[in-house]
Amino acid sequence: MVRDLQTNRIWEILDGIPDPEVPVISIVELGVVRDVIYNKNQLTISITPTYSGCPAMYFIKDEITKSLESEGYDNLVINTLIAPAWTTDWMDAKTKNKLKQEGIAPPEKNVICPLCDSNNIDLISEFSSTACKALYKCDDCLEPFEHFKCI
Amino acid sequence: MKNSLFKFVLILADDALIIGQRLSEWAYKAPFLEEDIALSNISLDMFGRANMLLEYATILQGKEATPDELAFKRNEREYYNHLLCEQPNGHFGETILRQFLFDSFYSLFLEELAKSSDKELSAIAKKSIKEVTYHFRHSSQWVIRLGAGTEESHNKMNMALNKLWQFTEEFFIMDEIDIDMVKKKIGVNREALKSKWIKKVDDILKEATLEKPKDIHMLLGGKKGIHTEHLGHILSDMQYLQRAYPDAKW
Repeated sequence: MVRDLQTNRIWEILDGIPDPEVPVISIVELGVVRDVIYNKNQLTISITPTYSGCPAMYFIKDEITKSLESEGYDNLVINTLIAPAWTTDWMDAKTKNKLKQEGIAPPEKNVICPLCDSNNIDLISEFSSTACKALYKCDDCLEPFEHFKCI
Repeated sequence: MKNSLFKFVLILADDALIIGQRLSEWAYKAPFLEEDIALSNISLDMFGRANMLLEYATILQGKEATPDELAFKRNEREYYNHLLCEQPNGHFGETILRQFLFDSFYSLFLEELAKSSDKELSAIAKKSIKEVTYHFRHSSQWVIRLGAGTEESHNKMNMALNKLWQFTEEFFIMDEIDIDMVKKKIGVNREALKSKWIKKVDDILKEATLEKPKDIHMLLGGKKGIHTEHLGHILSDMQYLQRAYPDAKW
């Protein structure tokens, strides 16, 4: 899709907003921002919640409003879409690598330790510091780590 | 039937809201940190599901009330959740067993609801299926671990099963709303889910060396607003702030 300069700029601003819970990636990389429509000074942004109960969604909406208003986009509507449901498949390889660098095993079926690449691992808990992650332990380097669950 | 869609949505919302409220009672006092976080996360998913459904309910109602008003200003008899959802947490194993019975039903129910001709409900179902899959895995693993654990954990789980089983039949009763919703290709045939559910539950219970009680009297009423004594207490806690300071905002 060819985006005009204005829309490109808006995507750039949104890409500068870190995910509040995994700040190493942006809300665009996370796949939360689904669409940007800029038409006759009316800006409509569509976002989709990761998990339906994710408390970060309110924060993300506030951040979007703040960031865009400070750039002069004040005629803003934020739509929340629930279909299609958010999936970790929307993260690209670059984003997944960023997670790995941060010590979080990216959302892939084959979970390996992000620190030593071992697959000798144990699931400690289906839920970790946030709903989107599970807690594992590496039996080789003995470090605990989080896995971004595939949904 | 007028309003049957609204009521149908409300039943689903109330189930999620009430069991979510129960799970949240574990926050900061679960047996250990990982489970404290797990139960709180599941609770949040439930509130998220309830919120999507209540928002839809307000639209169906012509925005007479906000989702918050539906949650915080309805009385006990105006709540339509299934009785299982409001049962007290008891010990950790009892909470897990309640969640297991709930998740096993809802994973099947939502799969069917995803095919609904109502686009909004189908979208909510598709979103929720992803979450309930994790919830079910979590609760069923614990049922197995505790059921097939020590003699004490086994006995406690058996007692919990004996206590909660009487609330399961209600999930499979077709009332006039369900019949109307199935006719309109919106709802789910609950009766048709029963054999699948029994199989799903039996598979886990077998592994957990637990036996479900036979020939016990089944309790019904939640969907008609007739509740056990526990719901009133949940609401008095959950609705306290809005009742004491109506329309308080922060």
